[in-house]
Amino acid sequence: MSHSADNHINPPEGWQGYNCHNLAIRGARLFDPELKLDMVSDIVILEGKISSIGPIPKDFGGDIIEGKELTVCPGLFDMHVHLREPGYEYKETVQSGCLAAVAGGFTGVAPMPNTNPPTDTPATVNFIRQQSAGTPVDVHPIGAITAGRKGDQLSEMAELNKAGVTGYSDDGSPVPTAELMRLALEYTMMSNSVIIEHAEDTSLSGKGVMDEGAVSTALGLPGWPSIAEDIDVYRCIRLAEYTGGRIHIAHLSTKESVQLVREAKARGVNVTAETTPHHLTLDCTILEGYNSNYKVNPPLRTKADIDALIEGLKDETIDAIATDHAPHAHDEKEVEFILAPFGMIGLETALGVVLTKLVKTKKITLSRAVQALSNAPRKILNLPVAKIEVGAIANLTIFNSDEKWTVDGTKMLSKSQNTPFGGWELTGRATGVVNKGIAFVRRD
Amino acid sequence: MSELVLNHLLGLQGIEPSKIYTILDTADEFLKVLDRPIPKVPPLRGITVANIFFEPSTRTKISFELAEKRLSADVVSFSKSGSSVSKGETLLDTVRNIEAMKIDVVVIRHHAQGAPLFLTERIKSAVINAGDGSHEHPTQALLDMMTIRGHTGGFEGLKVVVLGDIAHSRVARSNIHGLKAVGADVMVCGPSTLIPRDIEALGVKISTDVDEALDWCDVINVMRLQLERQNQGYIPSLREYQRTFGITKARLDRIGRKIVVLHPGPMNRGVEIDSNVADAPGSVILQQVTHGVAIRMAVLFLISGKERTDA
Repeated sequence: MSHSADNHINPPEGWQGYNCHNLAIRGARLFDPELKLDMVSDIVILEGKISSIGPIPKDFGGDIIEGKELTVCPGLFDMHVHLREPGYEYKETVQSGCLAAVAGGFTGVAPMPNTNPPTDTPATVNFIRQQSAGTPVDVHPIGAITAGRKGDQLSEMAELNKAGVTGYSDDGSPVPTAELMRLALEYTMMSNSVIIEHAEDTSLSGKGVMDEGAVSTALGLPGWPSIAEDIDVYRCIRLAEYTGGRIHIAHLSTKESVQLVREAKARGVNVTAETTPHHLTLDCTILEGYNSNYKVNPPLRTKADIDALIEGLKDETIDAIATDHAPHAHDEKEVEFILAPFGMIGLETALGVVLTKLVKTKKITLSRAVQALSNAPRKILNLPVAKIEVGAIANLTIFNSDEKWTVDGTKMLSKSQNTPFGGWELTGRATGVVNKGIAFVRRD
Repeated sequence: MSELVLNHLLGLQGIEPSKIYTILDTADEFLKVLDRPIPKVPPLRGITVANIFFEPSTRTKISFELAEKRLSADVVSFSKSGSSVSKGETLLDTVRNIEAMKIDVVVIRHHAQGAPLFLTERIKSAVINAGDGSHEHPTQALLDMMTIRGHTGGFEGLKVVVLGDIAHSRVARSNIHGLKAVGADVMVCGPSTLIPRDIEALGVKISTDVDEALDWCDVINVMRLQLERQNQGYIPSLREYQRTFGITKARLDRIGRKIVVLHPGPMNRGVEIDSNVADAPGSVILQQVTHGVAIRMAVLFLISGKERTDA
């Protein structure tokens, strides 16, 4: 018998909510690459913790989720999302973003600070966290590197750290000068936090709206050349190498940047990197119809870049997959291409796209995909990892790796519909999440 | 002249050569109409055309309006200044409102690349691109091609140079696509800062030496240099541009044979082209303007005919 729990928000339509006082999943494949766990078993959760892995006791009185054909893995974590609250609630709110995360199988997200006001004070950090109460999603705000995200001077990073911030970024914009980046890296060494750079030399990207090359030349659109990313990536790497600070490169998109990170890691630089499902699967020829849903920063690149990103993901040059979930209202995208804002949503499609286009095609293993989507980003942000072991907090993602479904922007739980994957037929979909003492599971 | 070939005219990239020839042949017929005592024919009676110009334009707008009137269409024109655009209305709302007043064809000039395509996906009217940012300007290229054909006889193997600011030029792109489609050999020439990356993917040769380009070609199409390119740093100075890339009589005399020199206008005399070239006997630059009306008549005729069969 399932019952509505008392401490969670209402699950979305078509979803069932459970309290995790007493919950079991029967007969699912339990998959935890870091623990080398891969077995079909029941799993029992008591008071939000994993209490046993093995047959459900005969006298078990709690709710049971049927796990046949399902896989359970450590909860997925997206270290790069835009939840738009405070300030742009018409695009997304923390709650709607958390529901989108649930639909995509994410139990944790790190929202970027380009809100209004920006996340540069403990008050805003606490507000954002509070807005996620009652959802099964850990919301771990990223703090602004500079006060007001203005690029002039450092934010009160130590205060932010006391409020729990462990990663800082001015995402949407790069840190404008090398000197400021140096100071940020040095200052955050005190808390062993990480600086997340949106790598873009804006003097080179200028008014660019897409990758510079044959396609931008034919379309007459201003180019955002790959070197604009590479140059900033190299600047960051050398500054991290010189200072000893920790740098993380957001949404890596170019072949050359992959190589720069690879070489830096080989030298022992404290550098990590993420890339996105869209940069791993879409190339710039898709812009030939001027569809603004494909406009994103950094822009979609070439097939050679995609191959390099996949190679980087495989050899762990690229640590994490993050969505850069960037909701925009329909009206904002329904304009001339050069006027449309950059960004695409990704929370609800990431797992399906990665399973379909990378895992099923054997480009990367399921282990690598799960690591890159779950604990790799947690480690970068100094967060406790999720584990499938007795005694651990139940922080789990449940998915069906064979479920076929068609992406439909109008059916998203996000407030916005700007997906680049509309109409794609995917194999593999999140079925539910367990976290914070709550489970939300797709009903059908 | 009754062959119906076009739904819209958005650009010349990927266009079938037969369509280009149909437009050029139809324009040749309409050119004769323009020389009649009463230069007006009835095929677009009852058809309403809206000229929607979001960017300043004199000759293209007048050329379209004249073409529409010569075909007996009803014409409304709208320019950015004094419109509700300044009140923050979107492109889509503006055009939907005009369309709601029952029009058949939209001629659009817009600074945003892809704006005409954007409209075809969202409104019912036929759409003609009168220039979209640095993307395409198909009727300009067609009138250039009409002029070129008139002076050379044909396109197969013809060597055409497009000179100047290729990076920001919609005229250059449409010329490249149109000329390549009918078998001409195209070279782009200009300062390397104004030749866009990977343009060779469009099947063109590249030169940064105007004299070398002149030695090679049968036709040179001189692009207008937007004077702000100097402030934007693409060229050190207009003086240097003139001396390095300007089409002068001395440069043309040096090659010792006659080539066709085109310019889409408006000209910066003494920058990209000298007056004694532009105004020389036999200059085809004003003929291009006349051909513009005939080409636009042909395009409107071929598109509106399509509309009528649907009705």
